[in-house]
Amino acid sequence: MNSVEHVNDFIAELNAIVGDRPEQLLQYLYRIQYRYSFIPPQAVQLLAARLSVPVTRVQGVIEFYSFLHDTARGDFDILFSDSISDHMLGSRQLAHSLCERLGVRLGEPRGDGRVSVDLTSCTGMCDQGPALLVNGWTVTRLDEARIEAIAGLIETATPTDEWPVEFFAVEDNIQRRDLLLTSAISPGGALQTLMNKGSQRILEELDTSWLRGRGGAGFKTAAKWRFCRQAEAQQRYVVCNADEGEPGTFKDRVLLNSYADDVFEGMTLCAGVIGASQGYLYLRGEYRYLLDPLQTVLERRRRAGLLGRNIIGQDGFDFDIDIHMGAGAYICGEESSLIESLEGKRGIPRKRPPFPVTSGFRRQPTVVNNVETFMAAAEIAVHGADWFTAVGTGQSTGTKLLSISGDCARPGIYEYPFGVSIRQILQDCGGGDAQAVQVAGAAGSTVPQRDFDRRIDFDDISTGGSFMVFNQQRELLDMVQNFTRFFAHESCGFCTPCRVGGTLLKDLVDKVHSGHGTKYDLQQMREIGALMRDTSHCGLGSTAPNPVLDTLEKFPAIYQSRLRDSSYEPAFDLDAALQEARQISGRDQDTAHFETES
Amino acid sequence: MSENKTFTLDTESIEFQDGDTVMDAALRAGAYIPHLCHNPEFEPHGSCRVCVVDINGRRVSACTQPAVEGLEVENNSDAIKLERRALLQMLFVEGNHVCPGCEKSGACQLQAVAYYTGMLDPHFTHFFPRREVDASHADIAIDFNRCILCELCVRASRDVDRKNVFSVSGRGIDSHLVINSPSGTLGDSDFSATDKAAHVCPVGAILHKHTGYDKPIGQRLYDRQPISVVGDVAEHEGKDHG
Repeated sequence: MNSVEHVNDFIAELNAIVGDRPEQLLQYLYRIQYRYSFIPPQAVQLLAARLSVPVTRVQGVIEFYSFLHDTARGDFDILFSDSISDHMLGSRQLAHSLCERLGVRLGEPRGDGRVSVDLTSCTGMCDQGPALLVNGWTVTRLDEARIEAIAGLIETATPTDEWPVEFFAVEDNIQRRDLLLTSAISPGGALQTLMNKGSQRILEELDTSWLRGRGGAGFKTAAKWRFCRQAEAQQRYVVCNADEGEPGTFKDRVLLNSYADDVFEGMTLCAGVIGASQGYLYLRGEYRYLLDPLQTVLERRRRAGLLGRNIIGQDGFDFDIDIHMGAGAYICGEESSLIESLEGKRGIPRKRPPFPVTSGFRRQPTVVNNVETFMAAAEIAVHGADWFTAVGTGQSTGTKLLSISGDCARPGIYEYPFGVSIRQILQDCGGGDAQAVQVAGAAGSTVPQRDFDRRIDFDDISTGGSFMVFNQQRELLDMVQNFTRFFAHESCGFCTPCRVGGTLLKDLVDKVHSGHGTKYDLQQMREIGALMRDTSHCGLGSTAPNPVLDTLEKFPAIYQSRLRDSSYEPAFDLDAALQEARQISGRDQDTAHFETES
Repeated sequence: MSENKTFTLDTESIEFQDGDTVMDAALRAGAYIPHLCHNPEFEPHGSCRVCVVDINGRRVSACTQPAVEGLEVENNSDAIKLERRALLQMLFVEGNHVCPGCEKSGACQLQAVAYYTGMLDPHFTHFFPRREVDASHADIAIDFNRCILCELCVRASRDVDRKNVFSVSGRGIDSHLVINSPSGTLGDSDFSATDKAAHVCPVGAILHKHTGYDKPIGQRLYDRQPISVVGDVAEHEGKDHG
């Protein structure tokens, strides 16, 4: 059924859905990948011709995004989520077990082409992991029994839509609701308020509410919308950043599953305020299971007159929303990379200035906001600024959704007013045995026990929502290693310090982790980390060394305990370097090895 | 329109025009800010980070930073020199740069900037990547071992030659230059030795055949004077061939 000869027909079929613009390249590739398990060479040529782009542009995009491949994966392409939270739940052992059962090696498709098993960056299921993706579909709560069942389903070539539905169950897992999650609005509520009060009043309301971007950076939403509205332009765009890639973050998944109307309402409100007629939801590829339900919500809103032409009966209020899929690239959570990706390109962050509010999608003024921000904006429009500022602290008004995972009794989504202490959160989620908490994901900071009275807000510990608990038994260096590998894997490769420094740093952490590091290596790590932090092109590069720099300062013992006594150790293993020579010569006796220290 | 707007580069006052970057104005004034991926003929890129300067305690790339009246730009502090040297060292260990065996030696900007920053060794662990040499074209050879991903050939071929011969593919440390032709080799593309893209490579990655060592080592662009005095190799292309 998936015979590659028909790729031409399939592209023609897709053409009817996504059109001919070069910026649709990634959307074509994402669909072709899941149809054929790779991008066949014919497809590369056909797409280049159809979209009038060089073949190297198609190739460049395929090689940039982790989920796209130019050689065939297995008919069942399995990707284990490789977040530290999955590790802590035993994901590596389960991946190993599945490989053993199927007789397949990690990263290499099986000889018969039936299956491939590999690892991928955090899939956003940390509260119900370990998790994997099979042909892009999320499977949660893995254990040995489930792995055994999956191996059986693959050996019998059972299509994924005939697998037990409970394998694909993704629960919202909301553990604590506050302002935002208890005040959902009726569809059209915010738009009606916009009509009654006008854009200026809505902007004033947002201004007074002190709503700040929920992605972590904390830019004032009213200011962003106002800049965009004031920029000279033929077109303006509204983009919702649902590329929730920060390891340990999964709140947007929940909002898009159960509060999609509020999110789309916020986007439409923004469109009305700034004067945009087109919006995009950029959905991370890992959330493929959300695509159809979200399309259904959009369709329902179109029928209800909340999207499309003359919204809520208002002449000339035209706005619609398309969903664009990401394809496995953490960098696309950075707003200018996200825009590049929306334009069907490799997700390389743009130079600033200009900023997206003046020159974004198609070089037109563009508002890019987080899922949670749009939802909050819609609710503020209806309930008013005072309702919002009634909770929170200082210039961190309202609430924040936290995605809590790791060593705690009750992982899940917690909505708290800003200003809540780490200690309080740990008490609520059952994380009493914590030695440290990683706040704001891999790029965030590791908070030691002595700092548990610190608070979550923009002035103390700012976060996009990730909150991972590590108990007393955990080796924090495992976390550092996981994060450092993550960043080396996710670097876009554009600038020198992040591209090269990220890999150098990863190798040094591996060296220390394996017990071969010295004081000299720690000094190297500090210097490379500082260089990355200070000279990188974008936020990914400058925050990538955080896990190393932060723990070197706060938890020096996790490094010291593994150091060699000598002041210097070579970066390579002399004996291992001779392995190839031993293979060629067929000599593997003791004398063909260096003496190893005991 | 002609009132003199200025900013300060270390101790020097630099005049600039509207729309200038710090790099544009510095180049015009003859002040040297080390750089590799920048060439004033093309849109600024900001990827090599070698032109990093300090403005109000923040590091920015001079080639992308708009000039602003009264800006105080620090270009020559010890800290910045060390950072530049480390960036150069990273570029050296990332590829396979063997200066004594490279035809471009003496007229290579990577080598010249490395000398300028006082780099004496590669310092970091070598990656020793396995990369190809593409000698399929009649007049030009490409040695991917020496490519530093500055994308000057990409920009020149796209914006001047209108051929899109070069492009960057891959991600992270696997990023690499690719050639737009059916076989992926240069000989199979419509590239020509007279293309602008054949005359902008700051290192020894894009080499003209049949002219090797026309100019002996010792008489080359950077053999007698530092890059801070004689400037970029691309400026001299065609004049005396480096």
